[in-house]
Order: sequence, then structure tokens, then C-alpha cells
Amino acid sequence: MEKNLTKHSPVERVALAREAQRPKIRDYISALFEDFFETHGDRLYGDDKSMLCGIARFGNIPVTVAGNIKAATLAESIECNFGMANPEGYRKFQRAALQAEKFKRPIITFIDTPGAYPGVEAEMRGQGEAIARCIFMLSSLRVPIIAVFTGEGGSGGALAIAVSDRILMMENAIFSILSPEGFASILWKDSKRRDEACELMKLISEDLEHFGIADRIVEEPEGGAPSDPKFVFGKLKLALEEELSALMSLNIDELIKQRRKKYRFIGV
Amino acid sequence: MQESNVFIQRQRRIAELSEKAKSYAGGALPKEDECPNCGIALKDLEDEMHSCHKCGFHLPISASKRLEMVFDGSYEQLFEKISAVNPISFPGYEQKLESVKSKAGINEACLAAVGYIGAIKAVCAVLDSGFLMGSMGTAVGEKITLSVEYAERHMLPLIIFSASGGARMQEGIFSLMQMAKTASAIKQFSDKGGFYISYLTHPTTGGVTASFASLGDIILAEPGALIGFAGPRVIEQTIKAALPEGFQRSEFLLEHGFIDAIIDRKSMKATLAQLLSLHQGRPGL
Repeated sequence: MEKNLTKHSPVERVALAREAQRPKIRDYISALFEDFFETHGDRLYGDDKSMLCGIARFGNIPVTVAGNIKAATLAESIECNFGMANPEGYRKFQRAALQAEKFKRPIITFIDTPGAYPGVEAEMRGQGEAIARCIFMLSSLRVPIIAVFTGEGGSGGALAIAVSDRILMMENAIFSILSPEGFASILWKDSKRRDEACELMKLISEDLEHFGIADRIVEEPEGGAPSDPKFVFGKLKLALEEELSALMSLNIDELIKQRRKKYRFIGV
Repeated sequence: MQESNVFIQRQRRIAELSEKAKSYAGGALPKEDECPNCGIALKDLEDEMHSCHKCGFHLPISASKRLEMVFDGSYEQLFEKISAVNPISFPGYEQKLESVKSKAGINEACLAAVGYIGAIKAVCAVLDSGFLMGSMGTAVGEKITLSVEYAERHMLPLIIFSASGGARMQEGIFSLMQMAKTASAIKQFSDKGGFYISYLTHPTTGGVTASFASLGDIILAEPGALIGFAGPRVIEQTIKAALPEGFQRSEFLLEHGFIDAIIDRKSMKATLAQLLSLHQGRPGL
């Protein structure tokens, strides 16, 4: 993995993470899973088209899959709100996660979002509460959970579906407190200083692994995932098989204990 | 004067006030004592619980002032030694912390204490908006988590007063992860039957709203407090339109079903005592 480390600056890595041609959640699902059945709606308000939830088979194991929907074209991006979920998206995810717990299905989430949608209606419907409730629930949910960062993972909107037993990051994925633009805007009141923010934020996969937040980096080919998606799918499949079988071999109380410990000791 | 002008003026005053709040050390009020909302000369501040005697506007108060107001008498501060580190080696952050610490007279944006409220023992954590806007970094996350764990260990009720601009940028991803740390602690406390009152004060936004602040068994708010996930400026820039009047204020949250009640400072202590008393006894019986 030395090649990318030395070759690309954080600014370039952020660009790679956001590349329109990167594989998206549906690409991963068709390549890695069988019998996918998509579920819709939060049973409270509506169906968020930026959040995908469903049931599928990974190898011979039924699993719940969920994650952010992003698109390559402008029209499709508008349709999925550029991957920015509203509260009903997070509540759809809660519903899927609770059902996974009921039927003892492991959960695999795919994260690719600039953040939760900052809109008037999102606030009216309790964006903060929706995200808080996801994190609250995942922290003790009694099934194995694996989160895969496939592109950009920004802010609480990403964390809401990333609290898990294992965090996997595609080599060119990023995970950060906020988008570099938002970071520059809050800290320096100048979103144009985003390049500087990219350099300082420590948001590339190697940083996150070094911090003990990401557990595993999944290799991408030279030039990033779009240059050879099959290679990426193969690498991720292998990683998921290994991690899932390790997690499924654990007693569930032990699993929860380890998960809580992971988040308890991040920081001071 | 037009209603909307009053609103804009109030917004501007609030902005000015938070600028002022940043520049003065905890506790004390700015020298030129006038209400940021109605402009009248403020008087009897102690009796008025640091709100305007005329319009009721709630002035920002420090965390130590809040503890003093909430507890019956003396209280014991907890986890005082916890302070921030510089986990992503952010340039200039240590110096910034040192200067804020000496100005605010506290070593982080959160104080925690245990004491009696209406003769019922309780743990109380308070965020201080005078310390880097009450932002949550590793130290704040740790103090909140330790407070929750302390309450769980001693089977005590927990009250958290939030006042925060959100996650602390200078600590990067570590700040974000405090959302998971605190929410996970609240989950364990809740599963054991622990009683948690979240009290939202001006302003409560970002990662604090999207974690422990929204997870109270009972959620209270001070009148007129700004409460939300995304900041109003970010929303305005996203939707490219002016925000509706009263948007993201306590009254707006009550209207939309996200808080239980708006309780002003004069009723704060009596309300807390009432709720604590209603939740006394062994959980699960």
C-alpha cells in the first residue's frame, strides 16, 4: 500500500474519495451479495431515497445491508439528495437494524456521505434526535456490525450508521468530523481554505487506522477503485468474510463488551 | 416597529452577546449591563436568576454559576483533573487552550458535580459556552461519560445541561467519536434503569444535539434557546433562503415534539426537584 501513501497528498485523496465513478452501494451489493431484497420507509413519515436498507445473503449467511446512496450523474444525485440523509433515512435505518437484531442477522453498512442534510424540514423532524438514536441503539445492538467506508464519511451523519464492531475503510475513503469545506468555514470562516483543512484534518484511511478508529484498510488498485472495480470487490469480499466469521464466533455478550470498550477508550 | 425587524434585531443582539460571552471570563456579566433582547438596564440579576426582569431574556451563565443555582447548598466537583490533549497535533491548539483556560478560569468546557437537589442526591454535568463555545472534544466527552458512569455506579439520577456549538474542530475525528462514547454510556445507564434529564440551554447544536443531549428520558429547555443539529448559517447557505421566524428555538422544538417542556430559570430548581422525586425508588419494581 506504500504506493498511494507516497504518491497522493490528502487533498488528492479527498478528490479520489469523492470521484463520481467510484463504486456505489448498489455496485457493492450486486457484486458481493445474493438475493437482495430492498426494504422501504421508516413507518413514521416517509422513504428516504438517500438511505438504502435491505436483506441479502452473504455467502450462505442472511445479513442486513444498509448505507448511503450516492450517484454519478447530476439527475440521479438530486434524486438521492447527494447522499445526505434526512431524519426519515436514519429512522428507516433504525427500523432495519432492530429487525436485524430480532432475526439475529449481522449488519453490514456502507458509508458514503458528506453528512446529514442541513435543511429546515430536517430540523423540524429532529435530525439531531434521529442521529443520536442511531448511535445509542447501535452501541448495544446484539448482532455483529461491520461498517465499510467506501467514499466520504462526513460528520455525525456518517457516524450514525458507522458505530460497529469493525470499521473497514477502502484505501481511498475518508472519515472526518466534517467535510473539509465545512471545517474551514467553521474554524476560519472561509470555506476556500479547504485544501489547508484537508492537510490538517487527518482524514485519510491510514490516519484513521493509526488512531485505532479504522480496524482494517481494504486495498485499492493504482489510480483508485474506478480503475478496477473487480479487484476492489474481491478484496472487500475477502475482508468481510474474515471479519464476519471472527465476529460470529464470539459470544454475543463478549461482542457487546468489546464494542463498548472500543468506543469508551477513544480520546482522553 | 415591524415584527420581523424585532426578530432580526434580536438575532443580531444574540450574536453580539455570544461575541461578548466569548471575551469575558466565566461567571461575571459584561460591564455595560443591558438586556441583549429589550435593551433595558438590567437589575437584580441574582434575584432574577440572570434573566431580564422585564422581558425574561435568559443571559448566558457559566457552568459554575449553574451548579450554584441548581444544588441545595454545597456540592462536590468531580473529575476536575480531566483536560484536553491535542490528538491530531492541530497547530496552535495547545496555546489556544492555555489562553482560554486562563480567561475562563476553568480547564475544560464541562464541569461535573454531585450534590443534593430538593434533598435528593444527583449527578449534574454542565457545559460552559464561555469555553471554546462549549464545544465537545475528548475532555468534554470523557467528563460526560465519567459522570454517566458515576451516576450508574452509585444509582443516582443524572442531569446534563448542554450549551455547545457542537464537536470541537481542533480535535478532528476524536471529537466526533465522543458522540459514540457518550451515547453508548447513556445507553448502558438507561438499560440499568437510570434516570436522565437533559436540559438544553442556548445554544445546543451539532454533535452534542446529535448525541447525549437528545437522549434524555425527560428533555427540558430554557426559553428562547437555539437548539438544532445544523447551525442556522449552514442551513441558510444550503437552502439559499431566509429561515422562518423562531426557527430552531426552544418553542419551535416543543411545537415539533422534540422536548417535553420549556422551563425558565426561576422554575428550574423546583422542576428538577419535582422530577427527581417522581423518579425515586428502585428501578424495575
